[in-house]
Amino acid sequence: MELLQYILQNLINAAERGSFYAVISIGYSMVYGVLMLFNFAHGDIFMVGAYIGFGIATLFIGIFAGLLPAPLIFLATVVTTMFLVSWVGVFVEVAGYRPLRNAPRASAAITGLMIGIIFETGVLILLGATRLSFPPLMKSVTYHVGGIYITNVKAMIIIISLLLMVALHAFIQKTKWGMAMRAMSYDFLAVPLMGVSINTIAPLTFAMGAGLASVAGILYGQAYPILDPYMGVIIGWKAFVAAILGGRGSIKGAAFAGYLLGFIEIFVATIFPSTLRDLIAYSIILIILSFKPRGFFGMEHSTKLRL
Amino acid sequence: MELIKKFKHLFSNISLLGWLIGTLAAVVIEYYWGYDYISYYLGLPKIPVLFGTLIMLKNPIMIPSALAYDIIVYLIPILLTAGVSCNFANFLAGLFEKLPLGLSVLIHLIFFYAILHLWAGINDYRILIIKLTLISIILTVSVNVINGYQGEFSCSHPGFMALGAYTSSIITLVLFVNDKIFGTPLLPESIGPWLFPFALLGGGIAAAIGSLLVAIPSFRTRGDYLAIISLAFMFIIKSAVENLHIIGGARGMGGHPDYAPLPIIFAWTMLCIWVVHNFVTSIFGKALNTVRDDEAASEAMTIKTRKTKVTAFMFGAFWAGIAGGLFAHVLAYINPSMFSINRLAEILAMVYFGGLNSIVGSIVGAVSINVLGEALRPLELFKWIIIPLILIFVMIFRPYGLISFKEIDAKRLLRAKNKNNQGIKDKRGV
Repeated sequence: MELLQYILQNLINAAERGSFYAVISIGYSMVYGVLMLFNFAHGDIFMVGAYIGFGIATLFIGIFAGLLPAPLIFLATVVTTMFLVSWVGVFVEVAGYRPLRNAPRASAAITGLMIGIIFETGVLILLGATRLSFPPLMKSVTYHVGGIYITNVKAMIIIISLLLMVALHAFIQKTKWGMAMRAMSYDFLAVPLMGVSINTIAPLTFAMGAGLASVAGILYGQAYPILDPYMGVIIGWKAFVAAILGGRGSIKGAAFAGYLLGFIEIFVATIFPSTLRDLIAYSIILIILSFKPRGFFGMEHSTKLRL
Repeated sequence: MELIKKFKHLFSNISLLGWLIGTLAAVVIEYYWGYDYISYYLGLPKIPVLFGTLIMLKNPIMIPSALAYDIIVYLIPILLTAGVSCNFANFLAGLFEKLPLGLSVLIHLIFFYAILHLWAGINDYRILIIKLTLISIILTVSVNVINGYQGEFSCSHPGFMALGAYTSSIITLVLFVNDKIFGTPLLPESIGPWLFPFALLGGGIAAAIGSLLVAIPSFRTRGDYLAIISLAFMFIIKSAVENLHIIGGARGMGGHPDYAPLPIIFAWTMLCIWVVHNFVTSIFGKALNTVRDDEAASEAMTIKTRKTKVTAFMFGAFWAGIAGGLFAHVLAYINPSMFSINRLAEILAMVYFGGLNSIVGSIVGAVSINVLGEALRPLELFKWIIIPLILIFVMIFRPYGLISFKEIDAKRLLRAKNKNNQGIKDKRGV
């Protein structure tokens, strides 16, 4: 019974951690699916999202604190941040990726990396090195269910992440825009000939990825309130690994692999000393990729590199 | 435009040797009179280390005197001496042309090193910059073998560097140094510098063996697996070193003996450039290029694609290991966080800035990113906005880097540039 509780408790922690990875890695996966490019600025878009979310949350709490119920403020913060950060995503596409659409793919990856560095430094210059702490958007309540502790923040993170993924899935499967994106990921050379402009679909993809990352940023701020300009680096690269592990371009794979990465990390940390976390997690990934080079749900498409 | 053409024409008959003689004159002037007279009368506190950029950015009032220093010490002597000694230099270059190419290159390199040594001898800061730049050149060239000539996207070079750095450090610390971690040395300290190359080779071989861990799973099929597997490898190495407390763990290890003075590093760098140049211009290097351009076709041409890729990958990793070993001995301290994402971003920046598939490009990239990084140091954080912006513009306007797909042509570089020679060539050309 004790063991079961222990495992369940860790499962909840893992689901929380995996939610961040899943939501962020979907952004990587979408861009890869549509443009066959890595968006290396995505981790830093997540960081920018957390900072913008911080600003919006502070503003809204200041204005509406007594007037509106807390969930409404939360919702308003999320929606406003998503909207603003989507434009950051569009900016990255227009400034860093559009001029390089016919260039070697590695060059576009480099511009992404550099835009990420500019974001980090820009935040550091604008806000200084003082660490900001994210204001709590809801009162933390701890529930005690059958020996397991679960806070409402944790539950909210898991539920909102799942809701977002379901919404995204519906968008991609049901709407015309989603159909265009799927078609683009199938063949991004032929689809523009059918009247679907890549110059609309690509920014849309970046914007949606960035919007998701910004929600992840707000949720991350609720779970770990200290903001840091370099917080996107480690999480971003891990989410990138998850995106590949899930199969490049596969959204469901990215989500699955994100959760898997969260589970591996939490369970490694409970069994072994926590310093071994990265070592074991990456070793497992290396082994999985050696046997399943396309990831879990990767499509069998041509992988010829244009240098 | 017309002016530039005229200016170019004015110096068109100065051979590389002539430029070297000119630079020597400038360096000698700086060495003897730089501090006592020139910088003193210009009101500069000391000799400007990096062409006065640091002083200019720190203290804008000093801009005129720093510029004047550059003109007096560098620009005028170089142009003047190179112009005056032009005939003599061409005569010498003509003599060298008759020697075997290797010997001629060696003479030029020794001459170049002498200049570098004099220039760096002014203060320790310059020596450190040059050392790190030379190591960056090795690193960049070795990455270019994989990312340029082989056309893959490898992210594991910090990991290979770490392998080389730690292996060679352990070898030298165990064998020659009395330190806290490993205790008394096994061999007399005096033979340490002589056996240092073997320690470096050990580091390189360790990196090459480590690279198999990446190469074997990722070269089974083509594509982006290498990017991700090599990234995972880099994190694994970093994390593994952090957890090995016997070699210092996250605190790092230090106390390296000073086995890597400037001449040693210069020699290793030139050796690396020479070996890699021969590698990529050999039949093997051409095979590597065909594998990049069309794998199926090269397979049909009886190239063993997988073996080619794995060998080239190991070769690149080997030189990264050597660079890591030198790096450790220059700084005399290493810790795992030196070999992380930041290092990766720096390496990739150097390679893609300089140019893919080109050793010259790699040298240009390594030197410019390093010197730019040092020169912009007074700007502190803004440096990390300016350098990425430059890189983005380079990528947009020259997607393959500044100088790509160009090989070193030593013969053409070193030849004498007599007026009458050119005349003959022009007539033939018509």
